[in-house]
Formats: sequence, C-alpha cells, structure tokens
Amino acid sequence: MCGIVGLFLKNPALRPSLGRHLSHMLVEMTERGPDSAGIAVYHKPVKGKASKLTLFHADPHFHWREVGGAVGEALKAEVDIETKANHVVMTVSAPDATVRGWLKAHHPEIRIMGYGQVMEVYKDMGLPKQVAERYGLSKMEGTHAIGHTRMATESAVTTEHSHPFTAASDMCLVHNGSLSNHNNLRKWLRKRGHEFETDNDSEVAARYFAHRLSEGASLAEALEAGLKDLDGFYTFTMGTRNGFAVLRDAFACKPAVLAETDDWVAMASEYRSIANLPGADKAAVWAPAPAVVYTWDVKAAA
Amino acid sequence: MITVDLDHSSVRDLNERLHRLPPETNEKAWRIVNPKGAHALCAGLSVPIEVVIDGHPGYYCAGMNKEASIVVNGHCGVGLAENMMSGEVRVKGNASDAAGATGRGGLLVIEGDAGLRCGISMKGIDIVVGGSVGHMSAFMAQGGSLVVCGDAGSSLGDSIYEARLYIQGKVESLGADCVEKKMTPHHLAKLERLLARAGIEADPRRFKRYGSARRLYNFHVDHADAY
Repeated sequence: MCGIVGLFLKNPALRPSLGRHLSHMLVEMTERGPDSAGIAVYHKPVKGKASKLTLFHADPHFHWREVGGAVGEALKAEVDIETKANHVVMTVSAPDATVRGWLKAHHPEIRIMGYGQVMEVYKDMGLPKQVAERYGLSKMEGTHAIGHTRMATESAVTTEHSHPFTAASDMCLVHNGSLSNHNNLRKWLRKRGHEFETDNDSEVAARYFAHRLSEGASLAEALEAGLKDLDGFYTFTMGTRNGFAVLRDAFACKPAVLAETDDWVAMASEYRSIANLPGADKAAVWAPAPAVVYTWDVKAAA
Repeated sequence: MITVDLDHSSVRDLNERLHRLPPETNEKAWRIVNPKGAHALCAGLSVPIEVVIDGHPGYYCAGMNKEASIVVNGHCGVGLAENMMSGEVRVKGNASDAAGATGRGGLLVIEGDAGLRCGISMKGIDIVVGGSVGHMSAFMAQGGSLVVCGDAGSSLGDSIYEARLYIQGKVESLGADCVEKKMTPHHLAKLERLLARAGIEADPRRFKRYGSARRLYNFHVDHADAY
C-alpha cells in the first residue's frame, strides 16, 4: 500500500504556500505509507543554460563543498550548493546532462535524485511528517508538487526505492500499484539506451514515459501510449516542467481522488489529504475514471 | 439533536458512543460535522437512530449498518455501507468504488453517481443510484436489487448468481452470464416501490431488467474435454 498526493496551483497567489499545503496532504497519507516518503517540488527555476540537481549521499558529513569545487573546475562553471539534511541542491551554470556525466564518472556513489531547471526531489526514510520537516517542505513555494508515502510490501525500505522516480529533466513519477511486465519493458528500454538504477518496477514506468516524451510525445500522448504498453495495476501521478498528470489503469484497483477549484487541482489516494485545502468543501470532487488521461498545464492555467 | 464535531472528537470515540446506545435509547438524532475523509465513520451501528453527516466521509462509511438511518450530505469514499444488514443509508453526492459491497439487507440510496464495482457480491441489499455506476457493478451478485437511473459501465453483472438489475440508461457491456430479461408487471411494480422508497423520481417503464442466465451454476458436461 502507498499514498500519493499532488497539488497543482492555478492561482499564482497561492504559490508561496505550495509546500505548506503539500506537507499537510503528505502527512494525511501516513497510514498508507509510514516507511518512507518522497517529494518533488517545482520551485525556483534557474535561468539560461544553468541547471540544478538534487543529490544524495548516505553520509551526512559527505564533503559536498569539495565535490562542488571539483565540478566547477572540471566544467569551468559556477557552482552553488545548498545543503538540506543528507541531500544537496547543486546549481551549476552548465547543462544537467554534462554535470550528471561528470558525477557518474567521478562520484558514482552520489545518487542523483532529480535534475533539470525547476524540479527538486527529496526522498528519505521515516514518517512523512519527519521527512517533510527534515527538508523544510512547508517553506517551499512553487507551481506544483508531488508526494509519495511508501509502505513497502516486496522490495526493501531504502532511500533508493522511494518515489518519486526521475527519468528526464524536470520529470518525475509516483506510482501506487505493481507492474507485471516490467522485466520485458526494462529490456526493451535498455536496448534503446536507457540505464537503470534500481530493480523497481516504478522506475521502469518513469523511464518508459521519459522515453515516449523524448520521442516527441506530449504528456497526454505519453500516458496514452502507457495504457497499451504497461501491464499491471497503477495509479500514476506525473510532473513535468509545466505539466501535471494523473492516470489509472483499466481496472482501477488502486485508489485516487481528484478535486478541482478555480485556484487549484489536487490529487490524492484518499479524500482526507484534500479535505483541509482552502475551499475543498466547495471543490468538484471525483474519482478519476479508469484508463482516462488527465493533464493540466502551468501555462494554460496561468 | 446531538452534534459531534470531528475536528474535536476522534472517530473512535464517536463510534464507541454510538455502539453503546441501547435499543431503547432516547438519543435518536445525531449530526456529525467535519468528517474530512475519516474512515469507518458510523460503521457497525445497530440501533434505530438517525444520523446526518455533513461533509465527505472516507472509506467504509456506515459499514455493517443495522437498523440505523444515515444521511450523508457529501461524497463518500470506498466501501460505503459495505455488508449493510438493514436500515437505510442515503448519500446526497457521489460514492466511490464498491458501494454496498456484500450488503445483505436494507436500502442504500446514492443520489449522485457510484464508482466502480457498485454492489459487488451483494446478497440482498437494495441499492438505488440516481446517476450512473462504473464498471463491474453487481459482480457476483447473489441477491437484492440494483437500480441505476443513469448508465452502467462495462461488464455489468459479471458472474451474477441472482439479484435483479434495473438500468434506465446505456449499459456499456454485460458481464459473463448476465442477460437482459423481460420486464413483467411484477417487476415493474417492484421497481416502482423501490424508486418510491428511495424518493427518486423516474418512470419505471423506461428501465430495462437484467439478471442471471444461470448457466454458471453447475459444471457443464460439454466442457469435460477442457480438463
């Protein structure tokens, strides 16, 4: 069992309180996932060719400053490092692909949680409340955010196995369910040049959608393609730089509730995560229909 | 009327209070506010009291209900009135998946839409839905009636044993062994009474009746070669 929450703000006036609202939504899903939690926040975009990467190392005293200095020297780039518990946000005046390439070659022990120009990703073990507090979620502003609370039933409780999974710049996926054809799909994706970091089926789904997006599919088209190619049970919530999407499989065994007002769209495994949002009592509330793609776009909403 | 605000009281405390009421209680009228998606609200009631819930409850609201009459001014989560024995549960909004699951008796009225698998394994409950129901409704239904004023999703009544299904709108598809049946004057009268009890206005003559072809009850000797 797992819990998923997502919040997409239509009214820019609410952006300063994005993290506070998502934090409440996440804590409400504690009973569905007390082992670990993860969040992706679309937050403080960096400009031009610069990029930001959320990085993790199990050692809380890891020498991030030295790594940052080495990155700057090797790539002749400006590097800024912001530490949050055992994660850092590294902002570099170079494209994320270059930075990721250098990190993989020189520091393979560093885990890249997320990358792009807008998205930051934090995931950690512990109760959702502890994770939200550890990373200062309630103080984060932004346009949209996604969270996941995990109760592991098969694979291990580790930071690596936590959601969200990132597979492209500013793209992340959270998943409640299980895929039955992930081995075949992983092979299929490996042949097309995708590398995997875990044995998790949700990572396969994230890389699958990233693959479709890289082929030029829109967010909605990528999810439509997933309906044909992904076999199993799923409720997905996906974020991209400007997009927010929800999809349930054709059987729809995994729960999901959507709610929408003029100011926001909220997705959660259960209504109790939505109940305390401003104006929730007047929101349109519905269960996303099976095999129907729901998407929203930041630019269209603004 | 006794009002309980769930911003200041736990569901456990509330349910315990309701469970302790003796059959001859004078505390017959209750109002619950701020349910905010809480689970198992008013589950297991067994005395003839009237409860109004203002807001949206979560999973298993009014589960196993016996005798009580419960009205929800809002939408309900998964498993509304599951395994209801008797009494009446009415939802003014929509209900999520598996509403009325395994219900044995009583009346469940959903004035809006119901989600997937409405009335799954129903065993005698009467369910009246003002709107539409999702896929696999009345799956393995064994008794009772399901009335749908709107449409029904795919695989309606899959592997149905008994139970009567009355649908006014479109049926996306019928499940295994579920067939359309003749609407006799006897069934019309039953449907009319059900709609009247539910307080939902609809013309019974516009409904079609579906039920079990009863071809799955016994092993069919023609299939012996399959093993």
